[in-house]
Amino acid sequence: MPFDFSSIDTGNTAWVLASAALVLLMTPGLAFFYGGMVRSKNVLGMLMQNYVAIGIVSVLWVAIAYSLAFGKNGVFGGFAGDLHQFGLGHMGEQVAGYQGPLAQTIPPLVFVAFQLMFAVITPALITGASADRLKFGAYCLFIGIWLLVVYAPIAHWVFSPEGWLFKKGAEDFAGGTVVHANAGAAGLALAIVLGKRLGWKKDPMRPHNLPFTLLGAGLLWFGWFGFNAGSALGANNLAGYAFVNTNTATAAAMLGWIVVEKFRDGHATTLGAASGAVAGLVAITPAAGFVSPAGSILLGFIAGALCSLAVLLKYKLGYDDALDVVGVHLVGGVAGALLIGFLGTKATGIGLDGVFYGGGWHLMRLQATAVGAAVGYSFVATFILAKVIDLVMGLRITRDEELEGMDTVLHAETAYDFGGVAAGGFSPGQRAAHPTATVTEGASA
Amino acid sequence: MRLVTAVIKPFKLDDVKEALETFGVQGLTVAEVSGYGRQRGHTEVYRGAEYTVDFVPKVRLDVVVADDDAKDVVDVIVKAASTGQIGDGKVWTTPVDDLVRVRTGERGPDAL
Repeated sequence: MPFDFSSIDTGNTAWVLASAALVLLMTPGLAFFYGGMVRSKNVLGMLMQNYVAIGIVSVLWVAIAYSLAFGKNGVFGGFAGDLHQFGLGHMGEQVAGYQGPLAQTIPPLVFVAFQLMFAVITPALITGASADRLKFGAYCLFIGIWLLVVYAPIAHWVFSPEGWLFKKGAEDFAGGTVVHANAGAAGLALAIVLGKRLGWKKDPMRPHNLPFTLLGAGLLWFGWFGFNAGSALGANNLAGYAFVNTNTATAAAMLGWIVVEKFRDGHATTLGAASGAVAGLVAITPAAGFVSPAGSILLGFIAGALCSLAVLLKYKLGYDDALDVVGVHLVGGVAGALLIGFLGTKATGIGLDGVFYGGGWHLMRLQATAVGAAVGYSFVATFILAKVIDLVMGLRITRDEELEGMDTVLHAETAYDFGGVAAGGFSPGQRAAHPTATVTEGASA
Repeated sequence: MRLVTAVIKPFKLDDVKEALETFGVQGLTVAEVSGYGRQRGHTEVYRGAEYTVDFVPKVRLDVVVADDDAKDVVDVIVKAASTGQIGDGKVWTTPVDDLVRVRTGERGPDAL
């Protein structure tokens, strides 16, 4: 059916465009959130994995991934969309994957741009689990295929009105299942296939720059208003609910995390505050338009406390999820999706009532089905994909490379140069490695 | 001549420097170092995981003085660097065979 461009609402369109830009900013924010937590020899490797995700996913999205996610049921029935929008063709038609009262108020290309930013950050989230030991080329291949065979199908099932979980009535406002539980399950699979970092549980692996981590968490928090309030896909009251719920749950989760820390470890930490905030953002994502602001306080506090306990699971179970993608995104995403089963309310104008609002267990069953399907499929498919890439080209850098660090080995760069003898800062005697090359700053001719 | 070396708490550097200037020492060299003694390190917690950090930040001072002054300089440093808490550091001396002022070529105690 052709899209009626005369019905576009400029307010809705402006808000969704601005939201898309906000969501893009989350990936650099995530890069610094993670980058601060790794050791200084690996910080560029971590930043690079996140930045290159923007490159790879943006191109694949336009080429094919958007069509797989939001096209008409095509691949294996409803497993994924068809290829009707291959190369972003047919952008003058209504989007099969976006129907509803507001669907005619935003141009199809604007919907493409907004959904692209979700597809960018989802594989980037996985990099926290595989930190410090993943080959760069293998990583690029991994996220490219992962986008097509894991992200696009799950987005299709849950976000698209064509999808089987959407049709059942499962609720995922902005991607708690599609983005966070999915990335968390994938991170667990990848961490298991890769194996533990050298010296795990033996050598100290302290975060090298917590101010980066807090700055990254701040950028995530800011960008997340686009993620959640933008998912109303309109400049309206629902967006207001999502905005207030997002901020409230995030604040409560930060408090929940540091309260647990204070009792358990004796100190409230800055890393705990940043982690709790992100856990809250994750947990409110599926629920942002389905719960009340008061409900979001409870949801956030539970998520923050729960995730601060869940990050210790890896030490008990023995998988090296380096930066706690499982503890924060899998546990937070699943908790948020299931808490809708209790806290969901029609008062926001959409959705169903949960257990606490007299809706019984119907909604909870739907949520559990969606979470189970997404997490189960993501874990199994990611595990197989990682194993295959490992067999074909190897996923992991060598022992010596890991000891030296990703920055110099993979990218031929060093993150920090504060002058001093090693940097040649005091001596004019240093020369460029290749005499024919442009002489570098600070080196003599 | 003797080389007096002190490893002290970083925040005590200014006190020690002033005390040495008052005593008449003309110059000194400092470096930021890491280490531990009987205090061992300290414990840090990241997302519930405890790390023992063995090497704690210290400042190392090196100053070459005349043989007769060595004992007094050690006392001056010890007095200025002391807090009475563990981790205050150590001071020791070693003999110095030779010493040259680079600019003038003066040798031995004259170059101090």
